[in-house]
Amino acid sequence: MENIITVTVIDREDQTHVLEAPTDMAMNMMEVCKSYNLPVEGTCGGMALCASCHMYILSDHDLPEPSEDEEDMLDQAFYVKVNSRLGCQIKITEAVEGLKVKLAPIGGA
Amino acid sequence: MIQTDILIIGAGPVGLFTVFEAGLLKLKCHLVDSIGQPGGQLTEIYPKKPIYDIPGYPSVLAADLIDNLLEQIAPFNPTFTLGERAEKLEKINDKLFKVTTSKGTEIVSPVVAIAGGLGSFEPRKPPIDNIADFEDNGIDYIIKDPEKYRNKKVLVAGGGDSALDWSIVLADIAAEVALLHRRTSFRGAPDSVEKVMNLAKIGKINLITNAQAIGLNGNGVLKDVIIEEDNKVPYSYEVDYFIPLFGLAPKLGPIADWGLEIEDNAIKVDTYDYGTNIPGIYAIGDINTYPGKLKLILCGFHEGTLMVQSAFKRIYPDQKLSFKYTTVTGITGFGEK
Repeated sequence: MENIITVTVIDREDQTHVLEAPTDMAMNMMEVCKSYNLPVEGTCGGMALCASCHMYILSDHDLPEPSEDEEDMLDQAFYVKVNSRLGCQIKITEAVEGLKVKLAPIGGA
Repeated sequence: MIQTDILIIGAGPVGLFTVFEAGLLKLKCHLVDSIGQPGGQLTEIYPKKPIYDIPGYPSVLAADLIDNLLEQIAPFNPTFTLGERAEKLEKINDKLFKVTTSKGTEIVSPVVAIAGGLGSFEPRKPPIDNIADFEDNGIDYIIKDPEKYRNKKVLVAGGGDSALDWSIVLADIAAEVALLHRRTSFRGAPDSVEKVMNLAKIGKINLITNAQAIGLNGNGVLKDVIIEEDNKVPYSYEVDYFIPLFGLAPKLGPIADWGLEIEDNAIKVDTYDYGTNIPGIYAIGDINTYPGKLKLILCGFHEGTLMVQSAFKRIYPDQKLSFKYTTVTGITGFGEK
């Protein structure tokens, strides 16, 4: 379909969810997960201020580098790995078609 | 004991504006907040961010909005209990509630308005299984008195201002200070970063970067922290104190146990007056939920405004309330004639 991409999210129980996301609504990965009722909190509403949408990128997409704000917030998160990102900072565009992510464990926060 | 008409739990924008609307009805308010300053998330998390959807303000900085609200409510002499978390709620009788804070302050009022936002802010704790065993026995999340660490071996973890600033302070007090951080660059004020780097150069701070704490050992009292550093086998690091400083995160906290109907971490309310399932207790702003709820400051202002009308009827069931516009009557603060 036009303006729709598919992304894959593996939840914390290792269940795989294939989600369709519109590219013309300025959405991000945190919002897509929330719209499918996946357990992503997005407490701060997408300002890179809470790290409750921490996820790991499993596919080899060439994403824009994290901003300083995002890195700063990841400093306050736990279980941070080299492929850690905040879902709210990953924009839904054609460039992320087929993106595969895993939700980071909750905890510590 | 403090007595008031409306006890507002949470001194964020919605709690503050509710003081104004209550004041127009001659109702007095007392506010309780776990943070030491009014403003909630706006001053604690994003004071320098502009907000674009406050009616009449094309753009306003979060901290400025709070300053303006404090000025707006000043005529109504609100009183505050700050730095204390609302812990316990009791029903004294059909008309009165008593709320007790984490420091034992008691507030009695006929109406309780929960404007708690995302909940109370608590230190983020590293997800290490046995961490609770060592809290107050070698692990501190908040530094109250740096003298406690004099001549001790201290490991600070984190990459923000508080981790940097406390490492600098402790470098002069503790026997040894190490700073543990997950990457090599630090956020935080540039001159704090520079100071830490200089102290590291002369051996006053042991900088451990690209590393995180993954385990704790000790027999009742913390003995070592297990550190996982890039390209190294995890090793143990002997300490007297481990101080993880990873900022604050909101938790619903004790409110969850007050017998209120909770759905998805929010309190269910009736949109008629934002009352909860317990008559006399209301929930306004981000902490409530109802069909169509939007977590916006401007919606919270509306909720607080309608809520105080209902609160008035509850406090003065026999009095008629006539609605007046401020443009007609102006503002008569308390203590004015």
